[in-house]
Amino acid sequence: MRGELLRLDGVDVRLGGREILRDVSFAIRPGEFTGLIGPNGAGKTTLLRVILGLQPVTRGAVLIDGAARVARHASVGYVPQKLAIEPDMPLRVKDVVSLGLDGHKFGLRLPSRARRELVSDMLTAVGAQRYASARVGELSGGEQQRVMIAHALISRPRLLLLDEPLANLDISSEQGIVSVLARLARAEGIAVLLSAHDMNPLMPVMDRIVYVAGGRVAVGRTDEVVQPEVLSRLYGQHVDVIRVHGRILVVAGAEGVDDTEADAEDASVVG
Amino acid sequence: MTVGHLFRYVFEPGFFASGPVHVALAVGTVIAITSAVVGVFTVTRGQSFAGHSLADIATTGGAGAFLIGLNQFWGYLAFGVGAAAFMEMIGVQRRRGRDVATGVVLGAGLGLAALFLYLGTQNSSTTGASFTILFGSMFVITSSTVPVLITSALLALATVLVLARVLLLSSLSPDIAAARGVPVRAVGAAYLMALAVSVALSAVIIGAVLSTALLIGPAATALRVTKGPVRAMAVAAGIGVVATWLGIVLAYDSFYWPPAGRGWPVSFFVVTLIVGGYLVTYLRRGDRREAAAEALDEEQVCSPA
Repeated sequence: MRGELLRLDGVDVRLGGREILRDVSFAIRPGEFTGLIGPNGAGKTTLLRVILGLQPVTRGAVLIDGAARVARHASVGYVPQKLAIEPDMPLRVKDVVSLGLDGHKFGLRLPSRARRELVSDMLTAVGAQRYASARVGELSGGEQQRVMIAHALISRPRLLLLDEPLANLDISSEQGIVSVLARLARAEGIAVLLSAHDMNPLMPVMDRIVYVAGGRVAVGRTDEVVQPEVLSRLYGQHVDVIRVHGRILVVAGAEGVDDTEADAEDASVVG
Repeated sequence: MTVGHLFRYVFEPGFFASGPVHVALAVGTVIAITSAVVGVFTVTRGQSFAGHSLADIATTGGAGAFLIGLNQFWGYLAFGVGAAAFMEMIGVQRRRGRDVATGVVLGAGLGLAALFLYLGTQNSSTTGASFTILFGSMFVITSSTVPVLITSALLALATVLVLARVLLLSSLSPDIAAARGVPVRAVGAAYLMALAVSVALSAVIIGAVLSTALLIGPAATALRVTKGPVRAMAVAAGIGVVATWLGIVLAYDSFYWPPAGRGWPVSFFVVTLIVGGYLVTYLRRGDRREAAAEALDEEQVCSPA
Protein backbone atom coordinates (compact mmCIF):
# COMPACT_ATOMS: atom_id res chain seq x y z
CA MET A 1 0.00 0.00 0.00
CA ARG A 2 2.62 2.44 -1.11
CA GLY A 3 1.86 6.12 -1.23
CA GLU A 4 -0.83 5.90 1.44
CA LEU A 5 -0.54 8.42 4.26
CA LEU A 6 -3.32 6.97 6.40
CA ARG A 7 -5.04 3.60 6.31
CA LEU A 8 -7.83 2.29 8.53
CA ASP A 9 -8.35 -1.46 8.29
CA GLY A 10 -11.55 -3.03 9.62
CA VAL A 11 -11.82 -0.68 12.61
CA ASP A 12 -14.50 -1.41 15.22
CA VAL A 13 -15.08 0.86 18.21
CA ARG A 14 -17.36 -0.05 21.10
CA LEU A 15 -17.99 2.42 23.93
CA GLY A 16 -19.76 1.18 27.06
CA GLY A 17 -21.16 -1.82 25.20
CA ARG A 18 -22.53 0.35 22.37
CA GLU A 19 -21.19 -0.06 18.88
CA ILE A 20 -20.00 3.33 17.61
CA LEU A 21 -18.06 2.26 14.49
CA ARG A 22 -18.21 -1.03 12.60
CA ASP A 23 -15.73 -2.35 10.05
CA VAL A 24 -14.43 1.04 8.97
CA SER A 25 -11.78 0.84 6.24
CA PHE A 26 -10.41 3.59 4.03
CA ALA A 27 -7.15 5.17 2.99
CA ILE A 28 -5.96 8.71 2.35
CA ARG A 29 -3.12 9.66 0.01
CA PRO A 30 -0.91 12.75 0.29
CA GLY A 31 -2.50 15.97 -0.93
CA GLU A 32 -6.06 14.62 -0.97
CA PHE A 33 -8.97 16.68 0.37
CA THR A 34 -11.39 14.25 1.98
CA GLY A 35 -14.76 15.15 3.50
CA LEU A 36 -15.87 13.11 6.50
CA ILE A 37 -19.58 13.60 6.09
CA GLY A 38 -22.52 12.37 8.13
CA PRO A 39 -25.33 13.43 10.45
CA ASN A 40 -24.65 14.52 14.03
CA GLY A 41 -23.93 11.57 16.29
CA ALA A 42 -22.89 9.30 13.41
CA GLY A 43 -19.40 8.74 14.86
CA LYS A 44 -17.36 11.36 12.97
CA THR A 45 -15.64 12.72 16.10
CA THR A 46 -14.94 9.18 17.34
CA LEU A 47 -13.37 8.33 13.99
CA LEU A 48 -11.09 11.38 14.16
CA ARG A 49 -10.15 10.51 17.76
CA VAL A 50 -9.24 7.00 16.62
CA ILE A 51 -6.89 8.42 13.98
CA LEU A 52 -5.37 10.76 16.60
CA GLY A 53 -4.77 7.85 18.98
CA LEU A 54 -7.10 9.36 21.61
CA GLN A 55 -9.65 6.56 21.23
CA PRO A 56 -8.53 2.92 21.38
CA VAL A 57 -10.08 0.60 18.79
CA THR A 58 -11.87 -2.61 19.72
CA ARG A 59 -10.67 -4.32 16.54
CA GLY A 60 -8.75 -3.37 13.42
CA ALA A 61 -5.68 -1.27 12.70
CA VAL A 62 -4.78 2.37 12.11
CA LEU A 63 -1.63 2.86 10.05
CA ILE A 64 0.12 6.14 9.42
CA ASP A 65 2.82 5.97 6.76
CA GLY A 66 2.42 2.19 6.90
CA ALA A 67 3.28 1.99 10.61
CA ALA A 68 0.96 1.57 13.61
CA ARG A 69 -0.19 4.88 15.01
CA VAL A 70 1.77 6.13 18.01
CA ALA A 71 1.12 9.08 20.27
CA ARG A 72 2.84 12.36 19.39
CA HIS A 73 2.75 11.79 15.67
CA ALA A 74 4.42 14.80 14.16
CA SER A 75 2.84 14.22 10.76
CA VAL A 76 -0.73 14.69 12.03
CA GLY A 77 -2.20 18.12 12.82
CA TYR A 78 -5.54 18.48 14.58
CA VAL A 79 -8.17 21.20 14.83
CA PRO A 80 -10.78 20.14 17.42
CA GLN A 81 -14.43 21.15 17.46
CA LYS A 82 -15.07 24.74 18.46
CA LEU A 83 -13.14 25.42 21.65
CA ALA A 84 -14.70 27.17 24.62
CA ILE A 85 -11.96 29.72 25.23
CA GLU A 86 -12.65 32.23 28.00
CA PRO A 87 -11.78 35.85 27.16
CA ASP A 88 -9.42 35.98 30.17
CA MET A 89 -7.27 33.10 28.88
CA PRO A 90 -3.84 34.80 28.66
CA LEU A 91 -3.10 33.64 25.13
CA ARG A 92 -2.79 36.00 22.19
CA VAL A 93 -3.29 34.68 18.68
CA LYS A 94 0.47 34.56 18.15
CA ASP A 95 0.96 32.66 21.44
CA VAL A 96 -1.53 30.02 20.30
CA VAL A 97 0.23 29.56 16.96
CA SER A 98 3.60 29.42 18.70
CA LEU A 99 2.27 26.66 20.99
CA GLY A 100 1.68 24.71 17.77
CA LEU A 101 5.47 24.43 17.42
CA ASP A 102 6.44 23.38 20.94
CA GLY A 103 3.43 23.47 23.27
CA HIS A 104 4.08 19.82 24.14
CA LYS A 105 7.59 20.52 25.45
CA PHE A 106 8.65 21.03 29.05
CA GLY A 107 10.80 23.88 30.31
CA LEU A 108 11.15 27.49 29.30
CA ARG A 109 12.36 28.86 26.00
CA LEU A 110 13.85 32.17 25.02
CA PRO A 111 12.11 34.39 22.50
CA SER A 112 13.62 34.16 19.03
CA ARG A 113 13.30 36.20 15.89
CA ALA A 114 13.12 33.16 13.61
CA ARG A 115 10.13 31.87 15.59
CA ARG A 116 8.37 35.25 15.47
CA GLU A 117 8.76 35.32 11.69
CA LEU A 118 7.54 31.76 11.32
CA VAL A 119 4.45 32.56 13.39
CA SER A 120 3.84 35.74 11.47
CA ASP A 121 4.13 33.94 8.10
CA MET A 122 1.71 31.25 9.23
CA LEU A 123 -0.82 33.87 10.37
CA THR A 124 -0.53 35.61 7.03
CA ALA A 125 -1.09 32.30 5.22
CA VAL A 126 -4.45 31.76 6.99
CA GLY A 127 -5.42 35.43 6.82
CA ALA A 128 -5.25 36.04 10.57
CA GLN A 129 -2.36 38.52 10.67
CA ARG A 130 -4.70 41.41 11.45
CA TYR A 131 -5.55 40.11 14.93
CA ALA A 132 -2.17 38.56 15.79
CA SER A 133 -1.97 40.44 19.10
CA ALA A 134 -5.59 39.99 20.18
CA ARG A 135 -6.59 37.55 22.88
CA VAL A 136 -7.82 34.40 21.20
CA GLY A 137 -10.86 34.23 23.52
CA GLU A 138 -12.09 37.57 22.20
CA LEU A 139 -12.28 36.46 18.56
CA SER A 140 -15.32 35.28 16.60
CA GLY A 141 -15.80 31.59 15.78
CA GLY A 142 -14.47 31.95 12.23
CA GLU A 143 -11.42 33.91 13.39
CA GLN A 144 -10.67 31.27 16.03
CA GLN A 145 -10.88 28.53 13.39
CA ARG A 146 -8.26 30.31 11.27
CA VAL A 147 -6.00 30.62 14.30
CA MET A 148 -6.41 26.95 15.20
CA ILE A 149 -5.64 25.98 11.59
CA ALA A 150 -2.43 28.03 11.80
CA HIS A 151 -1.68 26.35 15.16
CA ALA A 152 -2.10 22.91 13.58
CA LEU A 153 -0.15 23.68 10.39
CA ILE A 154 2.91 25.43 11.84
CA SER A 155 4.53 22.11 12.77
CA ARG A 156 4.22 21.11 9.08
CA PRO A 157 2.03 18.02 9.37
CA ARG A 158 1.29 15.92 6.26
CA LEU A 159 -2.23 15.08 7.40
CA LEU A 160 -4.58 17.69 8.85
CA LEU A 161 -7.69 16.55 10.74
CA LEU A 162 -10.47 19.08 11.36
CA ASP A 163 -13.56 18.33 13.44
CA GLU A 164 -16.61 20.30 12.24
CA PRO A 165 -14.63 23.49 11.50
CA LEU A 166 -17.59 24.98 9.65
CA ALA A 167 -20.19 24.43 12.38
CA ASN A 168 -21.88 27.61 13.59
CA LEU A 169 -20.07 29.85 11.10
CA ASP A 170 -21.74 32.45 8.95
CA ILE A 171 -21.62 31.82 5.20
CA SER A 172 -18.73 34.15 4.39
CA SER A 173 -16.52 32.76 7.20
CA GLU A 174 -17.42 29.27 6.02
CA GLN A 175 -16.28 30.00 2.47
CA GLY A 176 -13.17 31.75 3.80
CA ILE A 177 -12.10 28.70 5.84
CA VAL A 178 -12.75 26.27 2.98
CA SER A 179 -10.72 28.32 0.51
CA VAL A 180 -7.81 28.78 2.95
CA LEU A 181 -7.72 25.01 3.54
CA ALA A 182 -7.95 24.15 -0.15
CA ARG A 183 -5.20 26.61 -1.02
CA LEU A 184 -2.80 25.40 1.70
CA ALA A 185 -3.53 21.75 0.95
CA ARG A 186 -2.71 22.22 -2.74
CA ALA A 187 0.34 24.41 -2.13
CA GLU A 188 1.94 22.24 0.56
CA GLY A 189 0.63 18.84 -0.51
CA ILE A 190 -1.11 18.35 2.84
CA ALA A 191 -3.85 15.75 3.03
CA VAL A 192 -7.00 17.16 4.67
CA LEU A 193 -9.68 15.12 6.43
CA LEU A 194 -12.49 17.43 7.46
CA SER A 195 -15.70 16.42 9.21
CA ALA A 196 -18.98 18.20 8.46
CA HIS A 197 -22.68 17.45 8.68
CA ASP A 198 -23.31 19.48 5.51
CA MET A 199 -21.24 18.51 2.46
CA ASN A 200 -22.35 21.42 0.30
CA PRO A 201 -19.74 24.03 1.29
CA LEU A 202 -17.05 21.42 0.49
CA MET A 203 -18.28 20.38 -2.95
CA PRO A 204 -15.87 22.62 -4.90
CA VAL A 205 -12.76 21.34 -3.09
CA MET A 206 -13.53 17.79 -1.99
CA ASP A 207 -11.62 15.04 -3.84
CA ARG A 208 -13.16 12.17 -1.94
CA ILE A 209 -15.85 11.53 0.59
CA VAL A 210 -16.05 9.25 3.63
CA TYR A 211 -19.75 9.14 4.42
CA VAL A 212 -20.54 7.97 7.97
CA ALA A 213 -23.98 6.80 9.07
CA GLY A 214 -25.09 4.20 11.54
CA GLY A 215 -21.47 3.49 12.52
CA ARG A 216 -20.47 2.37 8.99
CA VAL A 217 -18.79 4.22 6.15
CA ALA A 218 -19.09 4.49 2.39
CA VAL A 219 -15.97 5.74 0.66
CA GLY A 220 -15.21 7.04 -2.80
CA ARG A 221 -15.58 10.00 -5.14
CA THR A 222 -18.48 12.25 -4.21
CA ASP A 223 -20.61 11.27 -7.21
CA GLU A 224 -20.05 7.57 -6.46
CA VAL A 225 -21.01 7.78 -2.78
CA VAL A 226 -23.81 10.30 -2.77
CA GLN A 227 -26.30 7.99 -4.47
CA PRO A 228 -29.67 6.89 -3.04
CA GLU A 229 -28.76 3.16 -3.16
CA VAL A 230 -25.39 3.60 -1.42
CA LEU A 231 -26.71 5.88 1.31
CA SER A 232 -29.91 3.87 1.84
CA ARG A 233 -27.76 0.79 2.49
CA LEU A 234 -25.67 2.83 4.96
CA TYR A 235 -28.62 4.32 6.81
CA GLY A 236 -30.50 1.01 6.76
CA GLN A 237 -33.61 2.80 5.49
CA HIS A 238 -34.68 4.50 2.32
CA VAL A 239 -33.11 7.90 1.71
CA ASP A 240 -33.28 10.16 -1.30
CA VAL A 241 -30.57 12.35 -2.73
CA ILE A 242 -32.09 15.55 -4.02
CA ARG A 243 -30.13 18.01 -6.14
CA VAL A 244 -31.48 21.57 -6.08
CA HIS A 245 -29.66 24.55 -7.60
CA GLY A 246 -26.35 22.69 -7.42
CA ARG A 247 -26.88 21.78 -3.76
CA ILE A 248 -27.30 18.24 -2.51
CA LEU A 249 -29.85 17.28 0.13
CA VAL A 250 -29.98 13.82 1.64
CA VAL A 251 -33.54 13.27 2.76
CA ALA A 252 -35.00 10.40 4.76
CA GLY A 253 -38.69 9.56 4.82
CA ALA A 254 -40.33 6.72 6.71
CA GLU A 255 -42.07 5.40 3.59
CA GLY A 256 -39.88 7.01 0.94
CA VAL A 257 -40.54 10.28 -0.80
CA ASP A 258 -42.56 8.79 -3.65
CA ASP A 259 -45.56 8.61 -1.28
CA THR A 260 -48.14 11.28 -0.66
CA GLU A 261 -47.59 14.89 0.31
CA ALA A 262 -48.44 14.10 3.95
CA ASP A 263 -45.21 12.13 4.24
CA ALA A 264 -43.15 15.06 3.12
CA GLU A 265 -43.80 16.66 6.50
CA ASP A 266 -42.29 13.67 8.27
CA ALA A 267 -39.28 13.81 6.02
CA SER A 268 -36.17 15.33 7.51
CA VAL A 269 -32.85 16.37 6.10
CA VAL A 270 -30.23 14.06 7.52
CA GLY A 271 -27.09 15.26 5.85
CA MET B 1 7.98 68.51 52.94
CA THR B 2 11.35 67.06 52.01
CA VAL B 3 12.01 63.53 50.86
CA GLY B 4 13.51 62.85 54.28
CA HIS B 5 10.32 63.93 56.03
CA LEU B 6 8.22 61.78 53.74
CA PHE B 7 10.53 58.85 54.31
CA ARG B 8 10.25 59.16 58.08
CA TYR B 9 6.52 59.61 57.73
CA VAL B 10 6.12 56.38 55.75
CA PHE B 11 8.61 54.25 57.63
CA GLU B 12 8.07 54.51 61.37
CA PRO B 13 11.20 54.37 63.60
CA GLY B 14 12.96 51.03 63.80
CA PHE B 15 11.39 49.58 60.63
CA PHE B 16 14.70 48.77 58.95
CA ALA B 17 16.36 47.53 62.14
CA SER B 18 13.61 45.10 63.07
CA GLY B 19 14.46 41.39 62.70
CA PRO B 20 10.86 40.25 62.22
CA VAL B 21 10.50 42.88 59.48
CA HIS B 22 13.55 41.48 57.65
CA VAL B 23 12.14 37.95 57.84
CA ALA B 24 8.69 39.14 56.75
CA LEU B 25 10.10 41.01 53.76
CA ALA B 26 12.31 38.12 52.60
CA VAL B 27 9.76 35.35 53.03
CA GLY B 28 6.85 37.53 51.91
CA THR B 29 8.57 38.46 48.65
CA VAL B 30 9.39 34.91 47.61
CA ILE B 31 5.95 33.58 48.56
CA ALA B 32 4.14 36.46 46.87
CA ILE B 33 5.99 35.77 43.61
CA THR B 34 5.28 32.03 43.76
CA SER B 35 1.60 32.50 44.61
CA ALA B 36 1.10 35.05 41.85
CA VAL B 37 2.73 32.93 39.13
CA VAL B 38 0.95 29.75 40.24
CA GLY B 39 -2.24 31.82 40.42
CA VAL B 40 -2.06 32.81 36.75
CA PHE B 41 -2.40 29.13 35.84
CA THR B 42 -5.06 28.58 38.52
CA VAL B 43 -7.27 31.25 36.96
CA THR B 44 -6.47 30.12 33.40
CA ARG B 45 -7.35 26.52 34.20
CA GLY B 46 -10.51 27.57 36.05
CA GLN B 47 -9.24 25.97 39.27
CA SER B 48 -9.78 28.86 41.67
CA PHE B 49 -12.26 26.60 43.40
CA ALA B 50 -9.60 23.93 43.93
CA GLY B 51 -7.30 26.60 45.36
CA HIS B 52 -9.97 27.69 47.81
CA SER B 53 -10.73 24.11 48.86
CA LEU B 54 -7.05 23.47 49.48
CA ALA B 55 -6.92 26.58 51.66
CA ASP B 56 -9.88 25.37 53.75
CA ILE B 57 -8.34 21.92 54.25
CA ALA B 58 -4.96 23.51 55.02
CA THR B 59 -6.66 25.40 57.86
CA THR B 60 -7.49 22.06 59.46
CA GLY B 61 -3.88 20.95 59.03
CA GLY B 62 -2.51 24.13 60.55
CA ALA B 63 -4.84 23.87 63.55
CA GLY B 64 -3.94 20.19 63.98
CA ALA B 65 -0.22 20.94 63.85
CA PHE B 66 -0.65 23.62 66.49
CA LEU B 67 -2.54 21.19 68.73
CA ILE B 68 0.29 18.64 68.66
CA GLY B 69 2.97 21.32 68.96
CA LEU B 70 4.37 21.32 65.42
CA ASN B 71 5.08 24.33 63.26
CA GLN B 72 1.86 25.20 61.45
CA PHE B 73 3.53 25.14 58.02
CA TRP B 74 3.89 21.35 58.23
CA GLY B 75 0.19 21.04 58.97
CA TYR B 76 -0.77 23.30 56.06
CA LEU B 77 1.57 21.42 53.75
CA ALA B 78 0.59 17.88 54.77
CA PHE B 79 -3.15 18.53 54.59
CA GLY B 80 -2.90 20.63 51.43
CA VAL B 81 -0.85 18.06 49.52
CA GLY B 82 -3.03 15.21 50.85
CA ALA B 83 -6.18 17.04 49.77
CA ALA B 84 -4.67 17.73 46.34
CA ALA B 85 -3.91 14.03 45.88
CA PHE B 86 -7.46 13.19 46.95
CA MET B 87 -8.93 15.74 44.53
CA GLU B 88 -6.84 14.39 41.70
CA MET B 89 -8.03 10.87 42.49
CA ILE B 90 -11.75 11.59 42.58
CA GLY B 91 -11.62 14.46 40.13
CA VAL B 92 -13.09 17.09 42.43
CA GLN B 93 -11.94 19.78 40.04
CA ARG B 94 -14.57 18.57 37.62
CA ARG B 95 -17.75 20.51 38.02
CA ARG B 96 -20.04 17.69 39.02
CA GLY B 97 -18.00 16.74 42.08
CA ARG B 98 -17.85 20.28 43.39
CA ASP B 99 -21.18 20.61 45.15
CA VAL B 100 -20.75 17.52 47.26
CA ALA B 101 -17.14 18.38 48.05
CA THR B 102 -18.06 21.89 49.13
CA GLY B 103 -20.90 20.87 51.36
CA VAL B 104 -19.41 17.83 53.00
CA VAL B 105 -15.61 17.68 52.89
CA LEU B 106 -14.83 21.37 53.31
CA GLY B 107 -17.45 21.81 55.99
CA ALA B 108 -16.05 18.85 57.90
CA GLY B 109 -12.53 20.23 57.50
CA LEU B 110 -13.38 23.59 58.98
CA GLY B 111 -15.36 21.90 61.74
CA LEU B 112 -12.26 19.91 62.67
CA ALA B 113 -10.18 23.09 62.51
CA ALA B 114 -12.55 24.70 65.03
CA LEU B 115 -12.18 21.70 67.33
CA PHE B 116 -8.37 21.65 67.07
CA LEU B 117 -8.14 25.37 67.75
CA TYR B 118 -10.51 25.08 70.71
CA LEU B 119 -8.52 22.23 72.26
CA GLY B 120 -5.17 23.79 71.41
CA THR B 121 -5.88 27.19 72.89
CA GLN B 122 -7.34 25.64 76.08
CA ASN B 123 -4.20 23.65 76.67
CA SER B 124 -1.55 26.24 76.02
CA SER B 125 -1.09 29.77 77.11
CA THR B 126 -0.19 31.05 73.64
CA THR B 127 -2.64 33.81 72.87
CA GLY B 128 -3.64 34.61 69.34
CA ALA B 129 -2.85 31.15 67.95
CA SER B 130 -6.28 30.86 66.38
CA PHE B 131 -5.80 34.26 64.86
CA THR B 132 -2.38 33.37 63.47
CA ILE B 133 -3.64 30.18 61.86
CA LEU B 134 -6.77 31.69 60.37
CA PHE B 135 -5.40 35.06 59.36
CA GLY B 136 -1.62 34.63 59.48
CA SER B 137 1.11 36.86 60.70
CA MET B 138 4.30 37.61 58.91
CA PHE B 139 5.88 39.02 62.05
CA VAL B 140 5.84 35.75 64.01
CA ILE B 141 7.59 33.52 61.45
CA THR B 142 10.29 31.62 63.35
CA SER B 143 13.65 32.13 61.70
CA SER B 144 14.38 28.38 61.67
CA THR B 145 11.54 27.79 59.19
CA VAL B 146 12.73 30.47 56.79
CA PRO B 147 14.98 28.17 54.67
CA VAL B 148 12.18 25.57 54.44
CA LEU B 149 9.65 28.19 53.34
CA ILE B 150 11.92 29.69 50.72
CA THR B 151 13.00 26.28 49.34
CA SER B 152 9.37 25.11 49.08
CA ALA B 153 8.39 28.31 47.33
CA LEU B 154 11.20 28.03 44.80
CA LEU B 155 10.33 24.37 44.12
CA ALA B 156 6.66 25.18 43.48
CA LEU B 157 7.67 28.10 41.26
CA ALA B 158 10.14 25.96 39.29
CA THR B 159 7.48 23.26 38.81
CA VAL B 160 4.96 25.60 37.19
CA LEU B 161 7.62 27.28 35.04
CA VAL B 162 8.80 23.89 33.72
CA LEU B 163 5.17 22.95 33.04
CA ALA B 164 4.20 26.39 31.71
CA ARG B 165 3.89 25.54 28.01
CA VAL B 166 2.15 22.19 28.44
CA LEU B 167 -0.23 23.76 30.97
CA LEU B 168 -1.14 26.47 28.45
CA LEU B 169 -1.60 23.95 25.63
CA SER B 170 -3.74 21.74 27.89
CA SER B 171 -5.85 24.76 28.88
CA LEU B 172 -6.35 25.60 25.20
CA SER B 173 -7.39 22.02 24.38
CA PRO B 174 -6.68 18.88 26.41
CA ASP B 175 -7.33 16.84 23.24
CA ILE B 176 -4.66 18.61 21.21
CA ALA B 177 -2.22 18.22 24.10
CA ALA B 178 -3.00 14.51 24.45
CA ALA B 179 -2.74 13.97 20.68
CA ARG B 180 0.73 15.50 20.79
CA GLY B 181 1.88 13.14 23.51
CA VAL B 182 1.47 15.35 26.59
CA PRO B 183 0.65 13.23 29.66
CA VAL B 184 -2.26 15.55 30.44
CA ARG B 185 -3.39 13.87 33.65
CA ALA B 186 0.12 13.65 35.15
CA VAL B 187 0.79 17.28 34.27
CA GLY B 188 -2.49 18.28 35.94
CA ALA B 189 -1.55 16.32 39.06
CA ALA B 190 1.93 17.88 39.25
CA TYR B 191 0.38 21.31 38.86
CA LEU B 192 -2.15 20.60 41.63
CA MET B 193 0.75 19.68 43.96
CA ALA B 194 2.49 22.96 43.20
CA LEU B 195 -0.82 24.69 43.92
CA ALA B 196 -1.13 22.91 47.29
CA VAL B 197 2.41 23.93 48.29
CA SER B 198 1.77 27.50 47.22
CA VAL B 199 -1.47 27.66 49.23
CA ALA B 200 0.33 26.27 52.31
CA LEU B 201 2.98 28.97 51.92
CA SER B 202 0.59 31.85 51.60
CA ALA B 203 -1.29 30.44 54.61
CA VAL B 204 1.89 31.09 56.60
CA ILE B 205 2.05 34.75 55.68
CA ILE B 206 -1.56 35.87 55.37
CA GLY B 207 -3.41 32.99 57.03
CA ALA B 208 -5.08 29.85 55.79
CA VAL B 209 -8.48 31.45 55.31
CA LEU B 210 -7.10 34.35 53.28
CA SER B 211 -4.42 32.49 51.32
CA THR B 212 -6.55 32.36 48.17
CA ALA B 213 -6.41 36.16 48.01
CA LEU B 214 -2.65 36.13 47.40
CA LEU B 215 -3.08 33.31 44.87
CA ILE B 216 -6.02 34.58 42.81
CA GLY B 217 -6.03 38.35 43.38
CA PRO B 218 -2.77 39.39 41.69
CA ALA B 219 -3.29 36.86 38.88
CA ALA B 220 -6.85 38.00 38.18
CA THR B 221 -5.73 41.63 38.12
CA ALA B 222 -2.77 40.87 35.84
CA LEU B 223 -5.00 38.96 33.41
CA ARG B 224 -7.14 42.08 33.11
CA VAL B 225 -4.30 44.42 32.21
CA THR B 226 -2.09 42.17 30.05
CA LYS B 227 -2.64 39.90 27.05
CA GLY B 228 0.19 37.38 26.80
CA PRO B 229 1.19 34.70 29.31
CA VAL B 230 4.72 35.89 30.15
CA ARG B 231 3.64 39.43 30.87
CA ALA B 232 0.67 38.18 32.92
CA MET B 233 3.04 36.22 35.17
CA ALA B 234 5.44 39.15 35.53
CA VAL B 235 2.68 41.66 36.33
CA ALA B 236 0.98 39.27 38.77
CA ALA B 237 4.28 38.74 40.60
CA GLY B 238 4.80 42.53 40.72
CA ILE B 239 1.35 43.14 42.17
CA GLY B 240 1.82 40.39 44.77
CA VAL B 241 5.20 41.74 45.87
CA VAL B 242 4.07 45.38 46.05
CA ALA B 243 0.94 44.47 48.03
CA THR B 244 3.02 42.38 50.43
CA TRP B 245 5.65 45.08 50.96
CA LEU B 246 3.10 47.84 51.43
CA GLY B 247 1.14 45.57 53.76
CA ILE B 248 4.24 45.01 55.89
CA VAL B 249 5.05 48.74 56.05
CA LEU B 250 1.48 49.69 56.92
CA ALA B 251 1.16 46.93 59.52
CA TYR B 252 4.40 48.11 61.14
CA ASP B 253 3.24 51.72 61.07
CA SER B 254 -0.17 50.78 62.47
CA PHE B 255 1.54 50.02 65.75
CA TYR B 256 1.61 53.80 66.24
CA TRP B 257 -2.00 54.29 65.17
CA PRO B 258 -4.89 54.40 67.62
CA PRO B 259 -5.41 52.40 69.71
CA ALA B 260 -1.67 52.88 70.16
CA GLY B 261 0.46 49.87 70.98
CA ARG B 262 -1.57 47.34 69.01
CA GLY B 263 -0.52 46.72 65.41
CA TRP B 264 -3.22 45.99 62.86
CA PRO B 265 -3.04 42.60 61.16
CA VAL B 266 -0.71 42.56 58.16
CA SER B 267 -3.04 40.26 56.22
CA PHE B 268 -5.76 42.91 56.42
CA PHE B 269 -3.52 45.35 54.57
CA VAL B 270 -2.25 42.84 52.00
CA VAL B 271 -5.72 41.57 51.11
CA THR B 272 -7.23 45.05 51.02
CA LEU B 273 -4.48 46.29 48.68
CA ILE B 274 -4.94 43.29 46.36
CA VAL B 275 -8.72 43.68 46.24
CA GLY B 276 -8.32 47.44 45.74
CA GLY B 277 -5.98 46.85 42.78
CA TYR B 278 -8.43 44.42 41.23
CA LEU B 279 -11.33 46.85 41.59
CA VAL B 280 -9.36 49.66 39.93
CA THR B 281 -8.58 47.50 36.86
CA TYR B 282 -12.14 46.18 36.84
CA LEU B 283 -13.56 49.68 36.52
CA ARG B 284 -10.94 50.82 34.01
CA ARG B 285 -11.18 47.70 31.85
CA GLY B 286 -14.97 48.03 31.74
CA ASP B 287 -14.64 51.39 29.98
CA ARG B 288 -12.05 50.08 27.56
CA ARG B 289 -14.05 47.01 26.60
CA GLU B 290 -17.05 49.15 25.68
CA ALA B 291 -14.85 51.37 23.55
CA ALA B 292 -13.28 48.33 21.87
CA ALA B 293 -16.70 46.85 21.13
CA GLU B 294 -17.77 50.10 19.47
CA ALA B 295 -14.59 50.26 17.41
CA LEU B 296 -15.09 46.67 16.26
CA ASP B 297 -18.67 47.41 15.22
CA GLU B 298 -17.51 50.30 13.09
CA GLU B 299 -14.79 48.20 11.52
CA GLN B 300 -17.26 45.51 10.55
CA VAL B 301 -19.57 48.04 9.02
CA CYS B 302 -16.72 49.38 6.86
CA SER B 303 -15.35 46.04 5.63
CA PRO B 304 -17.83 43.28 4.84
CA ALA B 305 -15.09 40.60 4.90
